[in-house]
Amino acid sequence: MGMPLQAPMEISFDYTRSLGPVLGPFMTALAERRILGSRGSDGRVHAPAIEYDPVTFEPLTELVEVASTGTVLSWSWMPDPFDGQPLDRPFAWALILLDGADTPMLHAVDAGSPENISTGMRVQARWAAARTGSIRDIECFAEPGEPDEPGERVEPVTMVTTPIRLRYQHSASPQESAYLRALAEGRLVAQRCPACTKVYLPPRGACPTCGVPTEEEVELTGTATVTTFCIVNVPFPGQRTKPPYVYASIVVDGTDIPMLHLILGCPADEVRMGMRVEAVWKPQEQWGMSPENIDHFRPADEPDAPFESYAHHL
Amino acid sequence: MKLQAAVLGTGQTHHTTRRTDVSIAGLCREAIDRAMADAETSWDQIDAVVLGKAPDLFEGVMMPELFLADAIGATGKPLLRVHTAGSVGGATGIVASSLVRSGVHKRVLAIAFEKQSESNAMWALSINPPFTMPLGAGAGGYFAPHMRAYIRRSGAPQHIGAMVAVKDRRNGSRNPFAHLRQPDITMESVQASPMLWDPIRMDETCPSSDGACAMVIGDVAAAKASSRPVAWIHATAMRTEATFFAGKDHVNPQAGRDAAAALWKDAGITDPLKEIDAAEIYVPFSWFEPMWLENLGFAPDGTGWKLTEAGDTEIGGRLPVNPSGGVMCSNPIGASGLLRFAEAAMQVMGRAGDHQVPDARKALGHAYGGGSQFFSMWVVGAAPLA
Repeated sequence: MGMPLQAPMEISFDYTRSLGPVLGPFMTALAERRILGSRGSDGRVHAPAIEYDPVTFEPLTELVEVASTGTVLSWSWMPDPFDGQPLDRPFAWALILLDGADTPMLHAVDAGSPENISTGMRVQARWAAARTGSIRDIECFAEPGEPDEPGERVEPVTMVTTPIRLRYQHSASPQESAYLRALAEGRLVAQRCPACTKVYLPPRGACPTCGVPTEEEVELTGTATVTTFCIVNVPFPGQRTKPPYVYASIVVDGTDIPMLHLILGCPADEVRMGMRVEAVWKPQEQWGMSPENIDHFRPADEPDAPFESYAHHL
Repeated sequence: MKLQAAVLGTGQTHHTTRRTDVSIAGLCREAIDRAMADAETSWDQIDAVVLGKAPDLFEGVMMPELFLADAIGATGKPLLRVHTAGSVGGATGIVASSLVRSGVHKRVLAIAFEKQSESNAMWALSINPPFTMPLGAGAGGYFAPHMRAYIRRSGAPQHIGAMVAVKDRRNGSRNPFAHLRQPDITMESVQASPMLWDPIRMDETCPSSDGACAMVIGDVAAAKASSRPVAWIHATAMRTEATFFAGKDHVNPQAGRDAAAALWKDAGITDPLKEIDAAEIYVPFSWFEPMWLENLGFAPDGTGWKLTEAGDTEIGGRLPVNPSGGVMCSNPIGASGLLRFAEAAMQVMGRAGDHQVPDARKALGHAYGGGSQFFSMWVVGAAPLA
């Protein structure tokens, strides 16, 4: 059956966080090159500031400034920093107890090499050149130097933008990989479940009803029946097809489950349940191991299928 | 043998498009503080906390239950996170009730939330993995074909979708916590709204909301100690099926039918239409009202729309459906299911305010999620189940 196919998958989004009455002032203070903690019910100062007391769960309202200097309580070396981490060269992640605080904060220490950092070491915040009102305003911690220059006052910070990027190596199942390799040859190939005999397109690896792997291949011609459909008129981020477009549940002849595909070749309002359609392949030089080799389905020159013939697929 | 348990109190936020004045923690806490006050319960009486929310991609916070532990009062106590997509709020209520009905805990706090303004659910629900056709178009795009199939199968007239929208939005105008409150909405205005995912119009869809819901569930001793009416949990049911399989009925899924059958049996109900006084059903698109009325067994297959058309689902009708305005008026996704469960409880506790169904004695709370693959539901009553 060949090795399973793999491809990179990346998704990203800039999340917009509203900060509220504690984290807002905390971020505002960072933009002013100050660090705030919150005083808990037991008198402890939590820095970074936290919103709710870990003992009584009551909201914490007393914010107190702590120093930008502190002591390393523990650390771990980061030899190969990831994209987006505080420093692009090897650094230490450290739990730092800031002077005036009772709980430590996690941040990066720019120590150069692991020989230069130890538990008990004194460090000081190194402020970033750009002041953004986020934790990034502390570039990292480092050996103490000159006392901080007081920062200018800024407008209250109420929101932060948090870009999140996720990178995966996506793997297809062996069965789906066989279907994709066939597509690259211009063939549409489904697989039959050995237990219930249902034919799946695309094959999923295992039959979702019986839980057994599918192996027997079923070659298809690419004619199909529209079971139901939607006309998409709404645009949204990341959309790959310009609205309006029709995407339909279609049951390809010889299979037992609908798949989704585009219907083109007629006005959107002429697409019907029961309409007979046929696959339209892209030019061969554009083929890859992708269902997008079939550009869309178009009306076939046939009468509509009777409702009873596809009602059990709805 | 299940022990008796009851909802002691509920709380929710004023649902809206953007709650930029609070963090996620603050949003949850607002609902919790209201629920704790309504339940006459203090933190030292809470034995465990159950948190539910929809996929982490919606806020981009992995395992939010970790950083929320202090805000939701879970530090030093058992904390469970529940995740069943859009039905998660319902599942959260059921998990919390199970912890009490099993005798493990005496009082459990359930909290569910979504802060949709921190992200874009349409984007998060349309991720295109490699090797697939890039056709995802959010929840509306997913469900629209199945509504078309329902209309074809049942012969429902086209105006049913608009009727549900008008009823729910008008109900929502009686609910001070509802996101959309539209007392002046009309059939004409709904039918004139833009077609987004044909056959779904703009006014036939739910909004995107920031919001949270919480409730305290207690054992018999806690219920009896309450100075206010409680909502006795008569039965709960959850069922699951795959999103796609050969023969799946997307209009009337088997898992929903099975859950409903089990629910009515455990609640001792033989004629739900007659015996249920109010129903809070998960209707994110108006056409789901008639679809779920059939799936739940309130109407024979293909006839759910007739209850809607006859006005039977309005407050004052035979089966008021979503007197709160439902998901059509407020959709903080992760909280929406728990809101259905809480609103059902509020009805039988007599604490539903201007959207109270008179003399509601038994009410249904319902949620579904994923590609109609998770179903959770409960029946609550003004009196304990005999």
